[in-house]
Amino acid sequence: MASRSEEAFWTEEDAQSLAETTDVELLKRAWRNEKAAPEILTFQANLVQRSREQIQLLTDHLCACLPACNHSMKLEIMKYLFLGHVWIYVNGVQEETVEELSGNASDDLIISLYQMDLDRTLFLLRSYLRVRLQKIEKYMLHISKTQLWNRLSEQEQKFAEKCTDIMEKHLQQSVLARLPYGYQSILKQSISSEEDDMVPEPQLDTFIFCKSKGSVGAFQLDDTGDEIVDLVADDLYVLRYKSIKGLVEGGQIDLV
Amino acid sequence: MAGQSDPHLSIFSASEVEFLAEDETMEIVPNMRMDALHMICGDFGPFFPQIATKVPLWLAVTLKKRGKCTIRPPEWMSVEKLTQVLEAERESPREFQPLPFHYVEISRLLFDHARDDIPEIYMVRSLIEDIRDVRFHKVESGLETISARTHAVKLKNLSVMEVNIVRPFIVRALQAFYKHDSPEMIPQPDATGDRRPPVANRGPRRDLRPR
Repeated sequence: MASRSEEAFWTEEDAQSLAETTDVELLKRAWRNEKAAPEILTFQANLVQRSREQIQLLTDHLCACLPACNHSMKLEIMKYLFLGHVWIYVNGVQEETVEELSGNASDDLIISLYQMDLDRTLFLLRSYLRVRLQKIEKYMLHISKTQLWNRLSEQEQKFAEKCTDIMEKHLQQSVLARLPYGYQSILKQSISSEEDDMVPEPQLDTFIFCKSKGSVGAFQLDDTGDEIVDLVADDLYVLRYKSIKGLVEGGQIDLV
Repeated sequence: MAGQSDPHLSIFSASEVEFLAEDETMEIVPNMRMDALHMICGDFGPFFPQIATKVPLWLAVTLKKRGKCTIRPPEWMSVEKLTQVLEAERESPREFQPLPFHYVEISRLLFDHARDDIPEIYMVRSLIEDIRDVRFHKVESGLETISARTHAVKLKNLSVMEVNIVRPFIVRALQAFYKHDSPEMIPQPDATGDRRPPVANRGPRRDLRPR
């Protein structure tokens, strides 16, 4: 049932990865990487969209099966999906498995199993979005003035803008406005600072645990080239995030 | 509200690690008939009595709790296999034996919910505990070798739960070495007179970054 709706949302680039694994697997990977990486990673727009479709589909089926599940409960489930994102309601959802489900004697069991499946996926999706929001809150100034901005989804960008506005206003009113001239910038310690030294930045040279998916081969850890690691499949390493950044983005390595 | 564990980014809570382990595939023998389940996380079944099938651990545990199936403990969870692993683990002081990435959580969940399906459960349990202890001791003694020149630490076959436990310590240790080491690696032309310019130079910049 749920898997049938996917096809329409496949794009060239993720068709291949989809063939290998399920969306839940992919979402789990995105969640783990996002949680472990110090900086914000690219928003997995297609993946999130697909996961939402499937959640929506399953929610509809469950609601159709459960007489007790009325409109308000459905809204309750839908509420979880918002989380700073605009939910795009998909019309024309087919309810083909309703008869299958309600015709069976072990109805309750099956429905509760589907409910668990739904809860697990919802948890992953919510947690993924929330980790991102936490990072945005923490590094909003840094994100908004660097390339990282493009990694956010449209809704996240809105969130970041609003958040920055509120934070700026708050700091202005509570502290900065009362400081002497030259110390009133939200970005700089004082007017004599050459760069924006009051902007929290993610610490890219922190160490992270990572696991290689396939064989990456000899990999240079620092610019000087005196540290080379041979990454074989399934190796577990503790490395500096900065040095394997590219591999994480390219999907060759997973953070754990 | 549920959905998030701890204030620290990047560190998984024990229950989140367990959540991940619950997706590992497990073999069950159902005792009832049930249609195939087409779930978001995959298709499972159909289920027929006495015919083994593969499902994720969470599904296995749920069915087990309702008395709808027996769980077949994975191959590595036999006394024989675990004894071998323990021996090998003791013999090689620097390497970890290959065990499932989630072996701690899987065994824990099975001990909690499917104790009657595991033959010689007390033996299996104490073997796994011993293996954990030996491995952890190795991790601890391995930590002593971390030095200023450590750019990477290889921990092949270390399991998730073990990673999660040592993560805060290893990361902070490496971080501390890295931080104190870098000023020496970066040439400081004007650092001749004063004895403490590296600290002074790096200090203010670092302070602003949240740890």
